Amino acid sequence: MTKVQIPPPLREHADGLADVPVAGATVGAALADLIRQCPALEAKLFDKGKLRPHINVLVDDEDIRYLDDLDTAVTATQAIALIPAVAGG
Amino acid sequence: MADYSLGLKCKLCGKLYEKQPINFCTDDFGPLEVVYDYAAIRRNISREKILARPRSMWRYRELLPIAGEPTVGPQVGCTPLIRANRLAEELGVKTLWIKNDAVNFPTLSFKDRVVSVALSKAVEFGFEIVGCASTGNLANSVAANAAQAGLEAYIFVPSDLEQAKILGTSVFGANVIGVNGTYDEVNRLCTQVAFKYKWGFVNINLRPFYAEGSKTMGYEIAEDLGWRFPQHVVAPMAGGSLIGKIHKAFTEMYEVGLVDTPVTTRMYGAQAAGCNPISDCVKSNRDRHKPIRKPNTICKSLAIGDPADGAFSSKLIQHTGGWAEDVSDDEIVECMLLLARTEGIFAETAGGTTVAVARKLIEQGRIPRDEEIVLCITGNGLKTQDCLREAVEKPANIKPSLEAFDAIYSGEPVLV
Repeated sequence: MTKVQIPPPLREHADGLADVPVAGATVGAALADLIRQCPALEAKLFDKGKLRPHINVLVDDEDIRYLDDLDTAVTATQAIALIPAVAGG
Repeated sequence: MADYSLGLKCKLCGKLYEKQPINFCTDDFGPLEVVYDYAAIRRNISREKILARPRSMWRYRELLPIAGEPTVGPQVGCTPLIRANRLAEELGVKTLWIKNDAVNFPTLSFKDRVVSVALSKAVEFGFEIVGCASTGNLANSVAANAAQAGLEAYIFVPSDLEQAKILGTSVFGANVIGVNGTYDEVNRLCTQVAFKYKWGFVNINLRPFYAEGSKTMGYEIAEDLGWRFPQHVVAPMAGGSLIGKIHKAFTEMYEVGLVDTPVTTRMYGAQAAGCNPISDCVKSNRDRHKPIRKPNTICKSLAIGDPADGAFSSKLIQHTGGWAEDVSDDEIVECMLLLARTEGIFAETAGGTTVAVARKLIEQGRIPRDEEIVLCITGNGLKTQDCLREAVEKPANIKPSLEAFDAIYSGEPVLV
């Protein structure tokens, strides 16, 4: 199954897990399944149905904004990472 | 001395956090910013107090978020503000100043300011290992200041960075890790490393404190102008933090009574055309920047394709009545030479970018020619020499004889 990697500050809402196995053929479907399993994550990740702007979602290290956003296809062997955006230097 | 910082606050939802090494809101991932007790600062700060202190950025200690005295980088800052008359003439403007952080101590860029605060805070939090993701200048500064503070440093950089910036990091004994990827990919990796190993990453979990160091550039500009604000400031933008912090510095100086008149300064942002997410956001009046996946410019220190402060800096620019522009690599090199040949300042590519954007904005009529302008030069040209190899004349090599010199010199001799 596809795994969603949960950043440490959100793990309290995911039974303390670092990875949550999810079902779904796209990032959007996978995140919907994540929220079904961990309902408290919905408000953290989405605002009025839209992904919050300061969270980056990656599929195998590629930002979904450079792919097909939430329509990006995922396979069972791929990992989805949720990473807070950080500014640079 | 008292610590006047109260805690951290989410820039999006306003949720408050205690002072701790964390950089984002756990509710909405918004960036966190330090909040202060300005009423108490107002009672305890004065121009006289500041002027009596040593010339370093720490003379503004009350407005920086550390407890006690700074333990790292006590001599950073107070770089020259130079009246740039010859460059002003070239650009066709009346009054031009250059804030020259190309000679900041110890590593010749404005990053020494942010690192001094971040590592003082890292020591306060008890970190023994520190690190950063960097386009180069931050790497140099973290490595040098960590060496001075006796901290171990892990520095992550894109592996295609200028050799001078890699060497200028390794020399301080830091662990340098070249990552085959863009800056944004390096940054993401560091976020994951920071989570896993719980090190103090200056631009990640220490970021709210780190970013406050940039304000000192603004305090110093206003102080050196005689406790007043300029009408126009042009600053380079990479992550988009500096420009906002200079403006925040001005706002705070008015708030705590160091400057008598409110801020009306217009802020202008400079980027390279090969990596222009923020200037594009301003020019196309978008709410949010469009990330640049593969930046392509000689100006590597500004090559952040997905700047987390992009939306904030873009809003600030519009709010102050300023503007943003971007320039080609050729214009960047041309303006590095222009700055060097008019003012004797050898700035890095980001400095060439700032001068070139200022020139463009003046030509567009966005910056008036008869008002006071400050250009922020943030890094030193000795670190980015590669891009100038084709642009500067090769020296004439001659035999050590007068005839040989006569043969290449076209002027008339005084003594025959």
